[in-house]
Amino acid sequence: MIWSKEETMSRAEIEAIQLTRLKDTVKQVWDKVPAYRKKMEDAGVKPEDIQTLKDLAKMPFVTKQDLRDNYPFGLFAVDKEELVRIHASSGTTGKPTVVGYTKRDLEMWTECVSRIAAMGGATKKDVAQICFGYGMFTGALGLHFGLENIGATLVPSSTGNSEKQIMYMKDFGTTLLVATPSYALRLAEVALSMGIDPKKDLNVKIGLVGSELLTEAMREEMHKLWGDDMLVTSNYGMSELMGPGVSGECEHMCGMHINEDYFIPEIIDPKTGEVLPPGEKGELVVTCIYKEGLPLIRYRTKDVTRLIYEPCKCGRTTCRMENLDGRTDDMLKIRGVNVFPSQIEEVILSVDEIGPHYEIILTRKDHADRMEIRVELLKETDSYKELEEIEKKIKSKLRIVLGLDAKISLESPNTLQRFEGKAKRVKDLREGI
Amino acid sequence: MYIKQLSVFIENREGRLEEVLDVLKQSGVNIVSLSLADTSEYGLLRLLVNNPEAGKKALRENGFSAMLTDVLGVKLCHRVGYLQELLEVICKNGINIEYMYALSTGTDDASIVIKTSDLEKAAAILKETAVELVTQEEIA
Ligand SMILES: [Zn+2]
Repeated sequence: MIWSKEETMSRAEIEAIQLTRLKDTVKQVWDKVPAYRKKMEDAGVKPEDIQTLKDLAKMPFVTKQDLRDNYPFGLFAVDKEELVRIHASSGTTGKPTVVGYTKRDLEMWTECVSRIAAMGGATKKDVAQICFGYGMFTGALGLHFGLENIGATLVPSSTGNSEKQIMYMKDFGTTLLVATPSYALRLAEVALSMGIDPKKDLNVKIGLVGSELLTEAMREEMHKLWGDDMLVTSNYGMSELMGPGVSGECEHMCGMHINEDYFIPEIIDPKTGEVLPPGEKGELVVTCIYKEGLPLIRYRTKDVTRLIYEPCKCGRTTCRMENLDGRTDDMLKIRGVNVFPSQIEEVILSVDEIGPHYEIILTRKDHADRMEIRVELLKETDSYKELEEIEKKIKSKLRIVLGLDAKISLESPNTLQRFEGKAKRVKDLREGI
Repeated sequence: MYIKQLSVFIENREGRLEEVLDVLKQSGVNIVSLSLADTSEYGLLRLLVNNPEAGKKALRENGFSAMLTDVLGVKLCHRVGYLQELLEVICKNGINIEYMYALSTGTDDASIVIKTSDLEKAAAILKETAVELVTQEEIA
């Protein structure tokens, strides 16, 4: 179902709204954020220089470092008393990045998530269980208010206590699951261990997964565990921009529709910063054009994708961003080769004899990187030959995909760590990286 | 005719073998014979136990990859060259021996466990040669 008429406007209508809102936002940061004004002055650009959408390219970029440098509220464009909520993302290094919302910001967020949830098939009839960790993380509350706005019945069960989660699903008749893909796998595993087959004994038909990359192989794995008729869609966002709700997949699963009346996407060459023409692959840069609290302009997401402007079969006219191959932040450099953990995941998921869980361990010996991948053996066997063949199969698939050799370690089922939030499957033990 | 062998996958890590033995002990399963090869990364622990089904169930519940495999238990007589003659008969018929190990049944006779490619054919040949096979009841 299409939630808002703004999702089906003509290109000219979309662009008219974008231009008005962009001009307002530029003026707002110039007037209210000294750190931003300085950035603009350094770049030699004034609010009146922004007359067309193309002029956006004159504006300087904003990065995560800018948020850190101005910790906690330095880039906020409103007085603190106007804020009604603060979220923060846990920084693995240094300070967290802090984001703040005004009342109108929260309304906009709710609208954006309502659209994304509706795209993913949610209606007021759904019983939506939110298995994202509630707290400073934007994921849980973002989905929470969007789904509530649609009229779904919410089960805010958060993460943890997986057996109880399964009990809720069964007893409350949960139809919609919000979780990271890895937690969704874990929940299915726990259900099976309780003698409950999610395919037959539960009624979860919609999966709105996020916060972690959803690869096609993972989507297939979700179908295997939760049932072929489950509609599993991914959605995109980051707390710096708002949280979930920037874009999401519709039932056709051909890229994620961007809420263009609130965000302007651009694709740039990450090396030169030049804007690339539509259809080309590069780094996604997003401008918030309707936010009051933290209106970031040209925020560099570090995510690599391309934009698709052709209207979608679903009837929406909003621009789509192609699903990500991997997040640049997760990229590993192994023996000089760039590797996304998601590429390894696709290989693991394609081998039937092993389970979907894995761990990547990187070490360095004699100045050479070594990669070990630990996987769980599912296939029961009494033959060393068969075990060797399973190892060989994984190795050769990895060599084809990555061009790298890895040591494969077969482990007993249920020995690798399970995750409730964003999975941490890489252990990089290399010195000096 | 066949006996059920319990095969367990174990990582070559300190304490793993002990864990298997502990699970079996806790569930009152008695080990009659076992074999474990010397490998670097992982091993297949092959066990003959008094109650294979109970052993498999207990191990699976404790997160081990365990399965039952049909094998042959062959009674041998103490004579030089007997085992060689026996294997010759099997191999002559185009049957491969995948692995074998000694089986202690608590009696004076020596016995071995063998796993071959075509188990049915191997059993038939052995019977023709008037070799006595160990039954499941004998180890229960
Ligand atoms: Zn669509």
